[in-house]
Amino acid sequence: MAEILVHVEGVSKSYWRDSIEIPVLRNITLEIPKGEFLALMGPSGSGKTTLLNLLAGIDRSSQGRVRVGEADLSTLSEGGLASWRSAHIGFIFQFYNLIPVLNAFENVELPLLLLKMSKAERRKQVETALTIVGLADRMKHYPNQLSGGQEQRVAIARALVTDPDLLLADEPTGDLDKQSAEDIMGLVTRLNREFGKTIVMVTHDPRAAEKAHKIMRLDKGELAAT
Amino acid sequence: MKVFKLITRNTWRHPLRTTLTVLGLAIAVTAFCVIRTTIDAWYSDSRATSPNILITLNRVSLVFTVPMSSIEKVKRVEGVKAVSYAAWFGGTYIDPKNFFAKFIVDHNTYFDLYPQWVVPPDQMEAFKKERNAVIVGRKLADRFGWKLGDVVRIVGDIYPGNWDYVIRGIYTGAKEGSNELNWFARYDYVDERMREIAPSRAGQLGWLIIQIDDPSKAAVMSKEIDNLFVNSSAETKTQTEEAFALSFVEMSGTIISGLRIVSILVIGVILLVLANTMAMTARERIREYAVLKTLGFLPRHLIGLIVGESIMIAGAGGVVGLLLTAFAVIPLLETALSDFLPVVRLTPLTLILGVGSALVVGFLAAVFPTAQAVRTSIVDGLRMLD
Repeated sequence: MAEILVHVEGVSKSYWRDSIEIPVLRNITLEIPKGEFLALMGPSGSGKTTLLNLLAGIDRSSQGRVRVGEADLSTLSEGGLASWRSAHIGFIFQFYNLIPVLNAFENVELPLLLLKMSKAERRKQVETALTIVGLADRMKHYPNQLSGGQEQRVAIARALVTDPDLLLADEPTGDLDKQSAEDIMGLVTRLNREFGKTIVMVTHDPRAAEKAHKIMRLDKGELAAT
Repeated sequence: MKVFKLITRNTWRHPLRTTLTVLGLAIAVTAFCVIRTTIDAWYSDSRATSPNILITLNRVSLVFTVPMSSIEKVKRVEGVKAVSYAAWFGGTYIDPKNFFAKFIVDHNTYFDLYPQWVVPPDQMEAFKKERNAVIVGRKLADRFGWKLGDVVRIVGDIYPGNWDYVIRGIYTGAKEGSNELNWFARYDYVDERMREIAPSRAGQLGWLIIQIDDPSKAAVMSKEIDNLFVNSSAETKTQTEEAFALSFVEMSGTIISGLRIVSILVIGVILLVLANTMAMTARERIREYAVLKTLGFLPRHLIGLIVGESIMIAGAGGVVGLLLTAFAVIPLLETALSDFLPVVRLTPLTLILGVGSALVVGFLAAVFPTAQAVRTSIVDGLRMLD
């Protein structure tokens, strides 16, 4: 039986708007084994991104517990969560979110600046990550000199450069054309199959979700079907 | 890649906005430095005073006189080393616009008490020999193109009539930046004519210049000297030379206070200019800050980025402002004011205050945007502009 990397136990999450409580997630419990590629689907407002944020430690649950590996995220301080994220989480955004004034190399290097590494070690890791995503020849290009697909590849290289335990992707193909989306999904699948990365991906796209080992559906904050 | 590099690139992300902000800051820093330099120039005479010189004048005001007979009384006070005297001459050289300070002084003793004004010995000798001789400062001579031997007519007002003087000496300041805009004519020449045309005004002095042996006794001696003339027709007020010089500055006190207020307002304006730029900048980048936080960057990293950028813009504005001040504006100001203010000089203190103010403004302007960036949660930041 595969080792469980992510434990979500009875997690609920509500937001408050003025004095009105808006429940987003209700009593979610799930386990994600190491090496799993899980797709989260569901209509807008169903809580997919919120769940992803909780797994990334960039948001806190109102109730319940999230554990990733050895870390119980509910017990970590903000600073502790930041340090944990820098070492254990790779996050891929829908809109890439590259820093426009940094070139591809520098964008990918960003997370490594927080780790104790020599310049030479950083260079090696950045080059490896960019080679994996097929952009070794675009290192000096700035985001505005790259296509959307290439920008997302740089963002993926940035997510995997620290060799994280868990890759989280929030609609990684949502802003791409069909061909680029297929290329990106090919790359994400490769990261899972060849490099054994555990991946949780939020998507609306059934073709993207098909690449996952498992699809979970959320509806009105509840896990509806698997 | 270093954080400094990221700060630099962020700074120039909007070149037009940054350039305009830097120029705005530069102009404000220039204005600040020019105002301070002008105020400094006003005080330059008071800084050149000697601590062992007292000035005695009529208690009522400078317009009233002190009788010549008071000199002997003052000389008898213990601790007095020497006494000289002078008076304001007034008058006009060709046109009232050609204003400069004209004094009539005791030719035998006056320059002994003012070693900061250096007169070549042969010129001093000529000054002492000729009643209508005059010694002028180097800058004053240059202003009107005077040279030794020139005859200069002054049309009197306080002392009526035409006064033809011969330039017999040109003094220079012993120290760089000394006042070289004065005119010193002989008192006895004027007094002689007063005896003829207005005898009641003869033997009347503007003020006494008293050299004392111990500056620490200045207050006690001032009181002692003034006590000599209590209940006389010309009661006196004795003060240090510095206080005497400052009393002239205080005549322009309202203008100086106004200038000081303007200099503070200028700092306020640059604070608003930069705070506006930084607020726009930070708001535009809220999403980027959220991404950095997602990657594991801490609030202190964001503080470094925002404060660093703000200080870099402010520093650039400060440096450009100082260069503008030192190499363009002050030379112009020096030319424009040299006829009225003897020493127009950009001091190191003004330079430090100019750049220092810019840097403090840089820090303060970053406070609000930094707080906003740090306080905004990652989730809210990522949602921004989505």
